Amino acid sequence: MFDFLSEYDDPTLLGAFWVTIQLTLFSALGSLVLGTLLAAMRVSPVPLMRGFGTVYVNVVRNIPLTVIIVFTSLGLADIFLWTMGADDVKLQAFRLSILGFVAYTAAFVCEALRSGINTVPVGQAEAARAIGLSFSQVLRLIVLPQAFRSVIGPLANVLIALTKNTTVAAAIGVTEAAYLMKGMIEKEAQTLLIGAIFAFGFVVLTLPTGLFLGWLSKRLAVKR
Amino acid sequence: MTEVSVAKDAVAATDDLVVLKSVNKHFGALHVLQDIDLTIARGEVVVVIGPSGSGKSTLCRTINRLESIDSGDILIDGKPLPAEGKALARLRADVGMVFQSFNLFAHKTVLENVMLGQIKVRKSDKKKAEEKARNLLDRVGVGSQADKYPAQLSGGQQQRVAIARALAMDPKVMLFDEPTSALDPEMINEVLEVMQQLARDGMTMVVVTHEMGFARSAANRVVFMADGRIVEEAVPDQFFSNPRSDRAKDFLSKILHH
Repeated sequence: MFDFLSEYDDPTLLGAFWVTIQLTLFSALGSLVLGTLLAAMRVSPVPLMRGFGTVYVNVVRNIPLTVIIVFTSLGLADIFLWTMGADDVKLQAFRLSILGFVAYTAAFVCEALRSGINTVPVGQAEAARAIGLSFSQVLRLIVLPQAFRSVIGPLANVLIALTKNTTVAAAIGVTEAAYLMKGMIEKEAQTLLIGAIFAFGFVVLTLPTGLFLGWLSKRLAVKR
Repeated sequence: MTEVSVAKDAVAATDDLVVLKSVNKHFGALHVLQDIDLTIARGEVVVVIGPSGSGKSTLCRTINRLESIDSGDILIDGKPLPAEGKALARLRADVGMVFQSFNLFAHKTVLENVMLGQIKVRKSDKKKAEEKARNLLDRVGVGSQADKYPAQLSGGQQQRVAIARALAMDPKVMLFDEPTSALDPEMINEVLEVMQQLARDGMTMVVVTHEMGFARSAANRVVFMADGRIVEEAVPDQFFSNPRSDRAKDFLSKILHH
């Protein structure tokens, strides 16, 4: 029943999912960093920064991901010739798609984190300012650590969504799971089985993520 | 004042540590501080009392600029209070603050709470900071709780940790914003005792409180506020036994007879 799988070697089934995993990990790290910066901007006392953060989030999260990913390839690479230092087409698509995922997912990370910041009592920041910590110290040492702990659950949602969103990278030819699935569906008759295989593959990736982060969220919860 | 502190501050015994000059502040339409003039000398313990909504907490919070002011001047140790940035942070490190709701850093242990400012603001090394933190925690009587998290402590213990956290910065002046108002009655005394001891040690203190017993026994001066103004200033004995203003008489009659 699964014989046909062995006919696919570029990428193989596992190879394709490995690309999915890489896309997810790099994008998750990048969006966590960018999202945190954006959240810091959105709560900063500098109006220009707040404005930038607000505009960024409201523009980027309202654009379909497919448009963003396709734009990185057709826009950034083909028109502006910005290929992110890649010398072959495959690597270029891989990097550009990560850039797109980071830009897109960061908006959601930012908003999750900002709601977390709002759960930290105002007195925490006041006490931190009162002992002489600077704005960035207050944020880094007191507010964000507590905010992160309270939004592990929502961030798990963002991460799971990101994992599944990486399938959009197939649109610009990144050879990840959805790219392989499309190829198989075109050539094979066992459409249902193929659908089941890839659905299962994604559940295998996301289910443990959700369970682990759920456990972590309980463990790290700040007691008040 | 005790003789010890007078001797200690002999050089600067007469100078003014905190000076507020015609300070005004509004919350929207509410004129919460109206032309406040107040001078606090080094080593002095000033207790601010008054009905709720009289602006006494706001007054306390303007001294380290947790509340900004609309007009007037505030000087700490002769220097005007900076509006923002590094200079303000530096000044806040010299002004200890104790809050009604303790505000201990919830994700850090008691020990870490008291070490944080020393390490991040005073740049002292970890070992020294820990030693000092443990000493201070012993001094306020919660040394055995050092490795717990704030939520595991009683209110009185948390407030004493908060005092230790402020003291760890070696502040020139300590501000207490209703430090016992959120405490169960049986825990009030353990906090007041620590404050009494601080006062005896010569710390300059501004205390907003409803604890009249503390005002009587520890204060050099009582400042009575009502409706955003300082209505009366006097030594405690005089204020409690013979208040001059009707507003103060009215206030005292309400709180002292029950």
